[in-house]
Amino acid sequence: MSSAISTGSKFMPYAATEIAKEYDSLYYFLLVISFISCVLVIGGLIFFAVKYRRRSENDKTPYISHNTTLEFLWSFIPFVLFMVVFVWGWILFHKLRTAPEGSLEIAVQAQKWDWSFTYKNGRSSAGEFYVPVNEPVRLVMTSKDVLHSFYVPAFRNKQDVVPGRYTSFWFKANAEGSYQVFCTEYCGDQHSAMLAKVHVVTRPQFEEWLSNDPYKGLPLAEVGQKVYQVRCTACHLLTEKVNVGPGFKAIFGREQKIQGGPSVVVDENYIRESILNPSAKVVAGFPSGVMPTFAGQLSEQELMGLIEFLKTVK
Amino acid sequence: MATGVASADHNYLNEKSGLWSWLTTLDHKRIGIMYMISVMVFFALGGAFAMLIRGELFSPGPTIMTAKMYNQAMTFHGAIMVFMVIIPGIPEFLGNFILPMQLGAKDVAFPRVNLMSWYCLMIGAAIAFISLIYNGSDTGWTFYTPYSVTTQNGTIWLVAGAFIIGFSSVLTGLNFIVTVHKLRAPGMTFWRMPLFVWALYSTAILQVLATPVLAITLLLLVVERLFGIGIFDPNLGGDPVLFQHFFWFYSHPAVYIMILPAMGVVSELITTYSRKTIFGYKAIALSSVGIAAVSFFVWGHHMFVSGQSELAGVVFSFITMLVGVPTAIKVFNWVATLYRGTVRFDSPLLFALGFLFLFTIGGVTGIMLAVAGIDVHFHDTYFVVAHFHYVMVGGTLMAIMGGIYYWFPKMFGRICNEFWARISFVLIFVGFNVTFFPQFILGAMGMPRRYFDYLPEYTSLNKISSVGAWTIGVGFLVGLWVILHALKWGKISGDNPWGAKTLEWQTSSPPPHENFHTQPVVTAGPYEYR
Repeated sequence: MSSAISTGSKFMPYAATEIAKEYDSLYYFLLVISFISCVLVIGGLIFFAVKYRRRSENDKTPYISHNTTLEFLWSFIPFVLFMVVFVWGWILFHKLRTAPEGSLEIAVQAQKWDWSFTYKNGRSSAGEFYVPVNEPVRLVMTSKDVLHSFYVPAFRNKQDVVPGRYTSFWFKANAEGSYQVFCTEYCGDQHSAMLAKVHVVTRPQFEEWLSNDPYKGLPLAEVGQKVYQVRCTACHLLTEKVNVGPGFKAIFGREQKIQGGPSVVVDENYIRESILNPSAKVVAGFPSGVMPTFAGQLSEQELMGLIEFLKTVK
Repeated sequence: MATGVASADHNYLNEKSGLWSWLTTLDHKRIGIMYMISVMVFFALGGAFAMLIRGELFSPGPTIMTAKMYNQAMTFHGAIMVFMVIIPGIPEFLGNFILPMQLGAKDVAFPRVNLMSWYCLMIGAAIAFISLIYNGSDTGWTFYTPYSVTTQNGTIWLVAGAFIIGFSSVLTGLNFIVTVHKLRAPGMTFWRMPLFVWALYSTAILQVLATPVLAITLLLLVVERLFGIGIFDPNLGGDPVLFQHFFWFYSHPAVYIMILPAMGVVSELITTYSRKTIFGYKAIALSSVGIAAVSFFVWGHHMFVSGQSELAGVVFSFITMLVGVPTAIKVFNWVATLYRGTVRFDSPLLFALGFLFLFTIGGVTGIMLAVAGIDVHFHDTYFVVAHFHYVMVGGTLMAIMGGIYYWFPKMFGRICNEFWARISFVLIFVGFNVTFFPQFILGAMGMPRRYFDYLPEYTSLNKISSVGAWTIGVGFLVGLWVILHALKWGKISGDNPWGAKTLEWQTSSPPPHENFHTQPVVTAGPYEYR
């Protein structure tokens, strides 16, 4: 894995939203209170144990059954503290869960094992997306297969992505930069490779990106390489090595044994079918049903690009 | 085992001999010993998976296994430790052996049911391990849908195993409830019961009421997988979040099934080794019952980011805070018991103090996670992993180790080697903190859990954590050696080596077949150190 993301202090990620800063204030308050509590309890424990260590087997102890005042205090004081942090946490939780009116909306789709993003003008991307700085953004998310969870440490926010319904996640980034997105709901083999990046840029840069055709002027094979890097790389390597699926080294034109049938030659049609309907002809030795379909997610240009790219993998 | 008999006197160990006499025994003590052996074997297996996990995480990228193997190791580590070690660990092993004696009873209320519950555990475990033949399982111990409905076939065996193990838990709970109500010795009123009994009694209520919900949930999962009936899978019209509600409705009370008995053990250890009556007996006893009751209404704190409503999240956050109060009360009571005591640092007490140290850290981080807004960032990161290991390992396993060294003379009439027992404590305690404290920082930095691979900035803390885990491993091996050594060569202990006051120590060690030579009559509370 690689990371070129600013990670903030040694102990907390960079706080890239106002809410993240409020989060850190509450967290540091909790840390201080917890530290004091631990020092009192553990310190008291060690102090009493050592001070009253047994000196002789004839030692006698006083019979102290209880002390109502003391017991009231050590029930009441923690209760008050718990209520303080509960209410403070409630306020923070409410802010994290309430997107302002007029947020920029982006549709997010999760599937094993990548993230794709679609804007209202039809522009889409996978593995990374761009948002303008200082503007609220609301992600409307769903999953194609199993549970996933969208997590950006720099925003101190996280939301499960559930198949069959929409959940939402909002943020207003106040610092330009690129921030790490993780999947934090276990989703199988490549769970830890289901990463993405959110790029926070100025409004003009964002608009330029939004209206930009990402493949403009690129040869088909390079289009395919770009698609490969975000959509295929979690499972398929460019060597012979098997990751989750078969490696792609010298794949085009080779004869391929498939499950329960004769061999097929890997040509344009086989590649197209394997992307759009992966269970149709599964390579022998691999379980079926692991690869999700990409039907409706890749344009004709991207599909053709992938085929051209695979021809170049020697 | 028969070679471990310390005295030539007639006792439960030498009363009959041969493997068959053990496999068909109705004696709660012998069943307790069988649980001890089973749980130790399962612990060794679950521990081996933990060592593999930390080996893989020693450096980023593939280290010693593939992602698929890692996910299976993580699943089996969790499932074995939860269902086969920590849940049966104290109630079914220590509880079986000690509870009837602490009540002054000859046995539990239903000895045959007691034996059956051991067989449920063994059969369930065997079925769970069959899953390894069918490609294993990679769902994590939580079996979240719809992943668990779509992944490999071994999952169904693991789920079936957990289902059957659940009966072991229910039957033991039922047995303990009836035993506590019906078989107390003359004069043993509820307010004269030792706190270990109170803890087991509260636990038993949870086992009986909560476990069936898990059973039904797992059954629905199997039905969905086998027959395609839509319950949790949205493709079939089901709701995956419903599974989480069902699952945590059991599994949150289950957290207290794991920790309440440990609290009971610690109450016993602290009084015995400070030779002083417990501070706030009624507060500790009632807080066990209170925790058990409230724990049924906090399950949603596992689901703040699952898609449940904001209001539900806030209500669950509030109720979780309420569980914090009785838990804090117990900790303060234990510390207050040490005040003006006469504290002897035998190894069981070291484990009890270790429990208090680690459980306090587990407790305050639990409060952090109960704060709804804070949990959003920490949920499903290593912060949570660190928190629950501080409670489950730092809490429950420390108590089991302390309990074994404490009651070992009772079980076998011999005493463990104090020097090596202390060495094992130091290795486990230090290793534990080295393993899990860095994981709090990793979680705060944002490292998600159940990750086979991680970003380079998390490397150094992961390395420290792995070294710590191997230290714990060595510590438990030393502990195993202490136990095996003491079985054969341990010094003869005498009936009551610690000068404890509870009833189980008022008979010979090891005890005779039906525990007491004459029926004990109780005239005072359990901790009358005057």
